[in-house]
Amino acid sequence: MTRFMEEAAIESMAEKVGDIMRNAFVFNIDGVGVKGKDGQTIMDAADQAGIYIPRLCDVEGLEPQGSCRVCTVKVNGRPAAACTQPAAEGIEVENETLEIFNWRRDLIRMLFHEGNHLCPICEASGRCELQAMAYRLGIFQPAKYPYLQPVRPIDASHPDIMLDTNRCIRCGRCIRASKDIDGKNVFGYVGRGMHKRVGVNGKNLAQTNVHLDDRAIALETCPVGCIIRKGLGFFTPIGQREFDRAPIGSTIEKAVLKRGKK
Amino acid sequence: MGKDTVSVVRQACKKFDHEGSRILDILREVQKRLACVSGETMDLLAAELSTHRIEIEGLVSFYSFFSENRKGKIIIRLCDDIIDRFAGIERVAKVFSEELGIGIGETSSDWNFSLEFTPCIGMSDQAPAALINETVVTKLTPESAGVIARSLKKNLDTSALVKKKGDGNNADRLVNAMVENNIRKKGEVLLGDNVRAEAGLRKALKKKPEEVIQEVLDSGLRGRGGAGFSTGLKWSLARKAKDARRFVICNADEGEPGTFKDRVLLTERADLIFEGMTIAAYAIGGTSGIVYLRAEYEYLLPYLERVLARRRKAGLLGKNIGGEKGFAFDIRIQLGGGAYICGEESALISSCEGLRGEPKTRPPFPVERGFLGHPTIVNNVETFCCAARILDGGPRWFAAMGTAKSSGTKLLSVSGDCAKPGIYEVPFGIRVADVLDMAGADDPTIVQVGGASGEMLNRGSFYRKICFEDLSTGGSFMTFNSSRNMLKIVDYFLEFFIHESCGYCTPCRVGNVFLRERIQKIMEGYAVKADLDYLKDLSRTIMMTSRCGLGNTSPRPVLSSIDQFPVVYASLLGEGGEGLEAGFSIQKALEESRRIAKRSSMIYDPVYGGSSD
Repeated sequence: MTRFMEEAAIESMAEKVGDIMRNAFVFNIDGVGVKGKDGQTIMDAADQAGIYIPRLCDVEGLEPQGSCRVCTVKVNGRPAAACTQPAAEGIEVENETLEIFNWRRDLIRMLFHEGNHLCPICEASGRCELQAMAYRLGIFQPAKYPYLQPVRPIDASHPDIMLDTNRCIRCGRCIRASKDIDGKNVFGYVGRGMHKRVGVNGKNLAQTNVHLDDRAIALETCPVGCIIRKGLGFFTPIGQREFDRAPIGSTIEKAVLKRGKK
Repeated sequence: MGKDTVSVVRQACKKFDHEGSRILDILREVQKRLACVSGETMDLLAAELSTHRIEIEGLVSFYSFFSENRKGKIIIRLCDDIIDRFAGIERVAKVFSEELGIGIGETSSDWNFSLEFTPCIGMSDQAPAALINETVVTKLTPESAGVIARSLKKNLDTSALVKKKGDGNNADRLVNAMVENNIRKKGEVLLGDNVRAEAGLRKALKKKPEEVIQEVLDSGLRGRGGAGFSTGLKWSLARKAKDARRFVICNADEGEPGTFKDRVLLTERADLIFEGMTIAAYAIGGTSGIVYLRAEYEYLLPYLERVLARRRKAGLLGKNIGGEKGFAFDIRIQLGGGAYICGEESALISSCEGLRGEPKTRPPFPVERGFLGHPTIVNNVETFCCAARILDGGPRWFAAMGTAKSSGTKLLSVSGDCAKPGIYEVPFGIRVADVLDMAGADDPTIVQVGGASGEMLNRGSFYRKICFEDLSTGGSFMTFNSSRNMLKIVDYFLEFFIHESCGYCTPCRVGNVFLRERIQKIMEGYAVKADLDYLKDLSRTIMMTSRCGLGNTSPRPVLSSIDQFPVVYASLLGEGGEGLEAGFSIQKALEESRRIAKRSSMIYDPVYGGSSD
């Protein structure tokens, strides 16, 4: 490396550090000051600060798409999805108000009533994010909305993997994981409106190049019990399942508590 | 797989240079020639275009004008918006169904005919209407439907259906339509005889681009699609965005039920639209333009293409436009695929890119990052026409018309129970009552301003004004007399939104279905007062949490009808005594059992054990 290049590299690094400093700012979530920087969403900044904003379609490692709307917050009085809304200096974000709490409960109920979510017989029970979110938001019984009771075909064509889209909440996590991480495009949205669903790249799953090792199939990708691994059911005893131990979102809240204690 | 399929797919892909963003055009070509885009065809297309089958399937299943299942050579799409329903489309449908021997949604066994219902086709002033392939047939009656069906059975030629051509350019050889313009009132800006060809463009080119934007800002022009964003501000934001390429898109996806004013502008003011787009391009530094034309208006496509060709020849498009060195701009027409949501500007951009017509995440806004990532302005057909006129007449002339915050004139598409349905160019600020008078409204009882997502008004609200300060509208104005069932109108709007929601976000996809379920419960007479609170709560959640304008406004017919017609609702609500309420209708629940068992219920039906047939 020539000296000139070294200098240039140091200069550019110094510039970058300067940028980071320059682009850091503070904004409020429910009146609490939170640090953010350019390029971060409200969700990113909140996670870092140990403030949990409920979400289903957004998950770490995938591009946010803002479709489930569970992360709706108010930004300077106007509703916005925290997972796609950029954080900005001085904004006032409302997260845990009664109004927003009720919207989120409505949205979670809509997802339950739109599909067929029979928790007692579902293999994902206990690690299901939809179920866990309902508990976190205090929904303990069915109410209010009619059940749409769809009859969607089950795709059991593949030797290792089964799809039961009756439990799908259209979060698109499998779609993004397959596309952006696996580079495979095994899944994709088809249909429109109520008939929008997750389809596969072929006549059925067996005709795709899906593999058990795909990120799209990983347990943490599907938040519900739609993507099922054959021969691997009810593998964790009741009481030890992910959300038996702590409510959804507590890892984000705890991470910061720990950091705070240090 | 037939050789034919392979060659059709190859030819279609070649015609559009295997360009991924032109896939909608490719699919249209394939659909027309093969009558479907089957799974095998999807595989072929995916290979040919180096994409994935699931992407193709995503498109085919999104747009109404594409289908995986084979359709007939002739597709009859009966317009079943609320105006057409009240005008008797059901009777017309029955005749078609009987003559062709197929039900709605079916295709004849000889693969000659498919019969379907479709949302508003932009012909509410001459309802009931239908699309027969691209040909529009209007003012249908059971008799004329019979004649059409029999003529088609003899000869599959749709052009033979146009016996008497419409007025103005509808009679042009390339339009050849029986559509009437129904221009009832000409105003000073758009439909008057004082529109001077290319005067605005000539004046614009003598100014600096910044000055052009300033004139549009000074005129107070706001978007004519209904949202009313400042046009000048949109243009200046796009100009400020750093990029070598900028796009000018004209939104001609007129899909709001009861709107048809863009149809008339496209027919009679095509040059003015393109002139306005060219001015916009000059102002923002735009390099290419797209007119996104709704699939239902395909009958205007050859005519519009000819106008574009003529403009290229005249030096009004292409390089060095109007002698202005270095100013290059051209326009292409992108045909839609039958999806109302594509009228939403970011969904429209998605569709132009060859994607599912789903709104994009904002920010970034289209003026920063729009079509293919470049700064893009999307304006309504009428907005571009106004802009061209402002550059000619000057911002002061324009701002002198209308109200303080809504300058200029507005085209209203008036339809429903009135003597003179059609287009009215009126200054902003006009009272609803005055519009009703002009149109010769018959016993106006319910007026819907702004289409399905607009506001429903009772007689006591006819003093209200049409302008952005009060009742904003993209132009739809529907009047209903006292014989019309208000709840049928609300129910129709919800049905429409359910059909047209893209399904991307939860509240719009699911919430509208729940709204409709409860409206139907009210119509069936077993709802209680608590159901109104339920509707209001649910409406609020949908409006506040939806991702785009569709869900932000779809509950409005519910809310405004509850507000304006409380007595109608009250008369349909039951007592709901003892805190109990009906969770479901037992009769409705029994229907399926009756059908399967082929007999009536032993407990719930009056005649014990009798046949339900």
